[in-house]
Amino acid sequence: MNHLDELENISIHLLREAYASFKNLGMLWSMGKDSTVLLWLTRKAFFGHVPFPLIHIDTKFKIPEMIAYRDQLVQDWHLPMIVGINEAALTAKATYPDGNVDRLTCCKVLKTEALTNTINGKGIRYRYNHNTNEYERELNPEPFYGIIAGARADEEGSRSKERYFSPRDVRNEWDIGDQPPEFWNQFKTDFAPGTNVRIHPLLDWTELNIWEYIESEKIPTVSLYYNHGDGKRYRSLGCYPCTLPVDSEASTVSQIVEELRLGKFSKIAERSGRAQDAEDGGGLETLRREGYM
Amino acid sequence: MIETQENEKLSIAFVGHVDHGKSTIIGRLLADTGALPMGKLEQIQAYCELNSMPFEYAFLIDALKDERRQNITIDSARVFFKSAKRHYIIIDAPGHIEFVKNMVTGAARAEAALLVIDAQEGIRENSRRHGNLLSMLGIRQMAVLVNKMDLVDFAQERFESICKEYGEFLAKVGLEPVSFIPVSARLGDNISQRSEKMAWYDGPTVLETLDGFEKEQPPSDRPFRLPIQDVYRFTSFGDSRRIIAGTVASGRAKVGDEVVFYPSGKRSTITAVEGFNHASRLEVLSGEAIGLTLDQQIYVRRGEMAARADETPPCVAKRLRVSLFWLGKEPMSMGKPYTIKLGTARMRFQVEQVLRVMDASRLEDESSKVQVSRYEMAECILNLDQPIAVDRADFLPGTSRFVVVDGYEIRGGGIVLEDLVDSEADLREGVRTRDAHWISSNLTIEERVERYNQRPCVVLITGQKEVGRKNMARTLEARLFQDGKYVYYLGMGSVVYGVDGDIHNHKEIENRHEHIRRMAEIANIFLDAGLILIITAVELTQADLRLFETVVEPERVQTIWVGEDISTDLRPDLRIEGHETAEEPAVLIKRMLQDHGFLFKP
Repeated sequence: MNHLDELENISIHLLREAYASFKNLGMLWSMGKDSTVLLWLTRKAFFGHVPFPLIHIDTKFKIPEMIAYRDQLVQDWHLPMIVGINEAALTAKATYPDGNVDRLTCCKVLKTEALTNTINGKGIRYRYNHNTNEYERELNPEPFYGIIAGARADEEGSRSKERYFSPRDVRNEWDIGDQPPEFWNQFKTDFAPGTNVRIHPLLDWTELNIWEYIESEKIPTVSLYYNHGDGKRYRSLGCYPCTLPVDSEASTVSQIVEELRLGKFSKIAERSGRAQDAEDGGGLETLRREGYM
Repeated sequence: MIETQENEKLSIAFVGHVDHGKSTIIGRLLADTGALPMGKLEQIQAYCELNSMPFEYAFLIDALKDERRQNITIDSARVFFKSAKRHYIIIDAPGHIEFVKNMVTGAARAEAALLVIDAQEGIRENSRRHGNLLSMLGIRQMAVLVNKMDLVDFAQERFESICKEYGEFLAKVGLEPVSFIPVSARLGDNISQRSEKMAWYDGPTVLETLDGFEKEQPPSDRPFRLPIQDVYRFTSFGDSRRIIAGTVASGRAKVGDEVVFYPSGKRSTITAVEGFNHASRLEVLSGEAIGLTLDQQIYVRRGEMAARADETPPCVAKRLRVSLFWLGKEPMSMGKPYTIKLGTARMRFQVEQVLRVMDASRLEDESSKVQVSRYEMAECILNLDQPIAVDRADFLPGTSRFVVVDGYEIRGGGIVLEDLVDSEADLREGVRTRDAHWISSNLTIEERVERYNQRPCVVLITGQKEVGRKNMARTLEARLFQDGKYVYYLGMGSVVYGVDGDIHNHKEIENRHEHIRRMAEIANIFLDAGLILIITAVELTQADLRLFETVVEPERVQTIWVGEDISTDLRPDLRIEGHETAEEPAVLIKRMLQDHGFLFKP
């Protein structure tokens, strides 16, 4: 068993535990490399099936290639897909690109709040209809009790403290100082009504592992990750006003793996291209305590 | 892919008393091996300057703001680094007493541990508690770091006295460290560089010790154990497979092997190893998250454990002698219901007896206690509602490990030392023999469910005498019959003089057992035939029900108590206290059968 097999087995075990333990389970899919690996692992865990909906929080400021890629895979793999949007904030133009709030507030409104309201069923949600190939407004959105997410411990400080099964309270907040114990392969799967739980099957993976796995499994990824001749590529995907490409010649998966293993990026943090992190004392802790992924 | 050490990953827990310098050692290790991302050191240094606090290596690890402020580690952090030999996940476990549950979480994931002791402060409460917990958590490879040697002038005598005292303690809990290392994390002595100030020490550095730990391989040479996580039948896109899914806890099995599921005792043969984007394979090994299809469509479910028919089976037990560690604020007490989670099984239990209790940091026995308080370690006997499949810790550690849930929270964890006999043990053995010799039909239970449009079950209607149980049963039978269900009402009296004609004294307790056992065997045949059986009996107790459920699948039994007072200890699925018409209870029972999935909702 090599290190990728070991990581894969743990992740699949966690996905199956989540599926056995929670009604109304959903999985966050941002179309980024991590959550796409998570989607792939889900298909492995359930033998080609995806037995719970995927959830994308659309800020409407995502790089367009990401949305095209999302809808292509939704069709190709028959994925159950839900999209949540904070339409009120977008209508009111209470966003950073509109020049009305700072970056952190924008993240809070378009991502954290939208996510909270998508999970609790109070916000506006759209579901992909595979017969009409259209997104349709969900009439009676039900709350999710379990949310699977692709957080990795090596991304930044507060994520390194996460549990595999991590509770969020009624307000979707995370109490870092008082997390449940996890003995061996036993996790907290009993929850009071109104609370929800985040499940993190990728906690032990590093950025390098993610790319090694994409390479060995031949997982399709967004073209934005690769250099198309201008010497630039995205290392991490997000909203276009706050996510910048990095200088890199890597145009294939194996070149990215090499770059991470030995090259220029082996010593530079992945989220260094994310402007909002710098505003939070060098971490995402404030955002994450309030429910940010 | 070829296994190389380049790709090997080992997880190491750093444990020990608060302020003895775990995070500082890790920070130093990261800085020395060049594992920090560019700018991280400068970023933290700038943060410290901005907030007027002195820089510490520990801040590199203690990323959370609260931790920087209080200068302690609150939760277990994972840190990644790489030596010349392999990759490491370092788990920095908090040393503060309030955060023992976080220490457990961190250490339970580790393959080896480094325990840190402050040379000046010496052995403290959590030095011992953590050592004791490492042993229970099953960690076998460990080393002891005596830190802050600079504060004791690098004195060899101080180092040796700590080694002697702590080594004796570890021996008592069954741990033998590979080495004791004198270090100064602040100055970098013996972390990755050999110390010039401690020329008297000729053992390995911390980094050398880490590289010396061996990667433990999953126990593939032990008996096969597969706790079932789920049985999948995804019908979309024409998929008709019925896949038994789980992660192999130990051993190996291949296509063609006969497997037995415990506690039900059902048997089948592996026909295929299922997979997605995976080369086809014939064998599954310990540590793999897999799916199997079987040649017979037997009914098994999450919570059962598969073993190979040609290997030592697991124990099936209702009473367990265990060693456990308690984390709950409320003590664990006798007579209170808790839930045990072991493998994928979940079962309610009560503490039958507290055999001995010890403070995990002192190791002194405090016998004759009736409860287990927070941070105490205890040996207890647990009495489960129904038997589960387990292994003894000295035989197969993986399938001996459990947690205790109280309400919504995990409050403790432990290992099974021994399975104990209980009053139904012989009967269970008899039922296993019965099932092993059962002449099976070519029709599957699924085919019958589909044809009859119902799931088989037993409705046990009980209560005091003269409360109208029999009429209720007849009305229910007629009602379900009208709905097109396949149903039969059998009163206890119909069995006593025929099937039980050889039993003469009905009042004797053993005879009561035998009446119930035979009734249950009859019920078992009805269930196998796919039918709904209604049974009436006077004043059933929890022990009667346990006996009944030893013979038939417990989840197929539905109990109803009729009457205002429950005169026995039975915990029924439904209570019917009073009713206006004969129809009313029948409607209630029918609704319950729908809610529990035996009848399908229109």
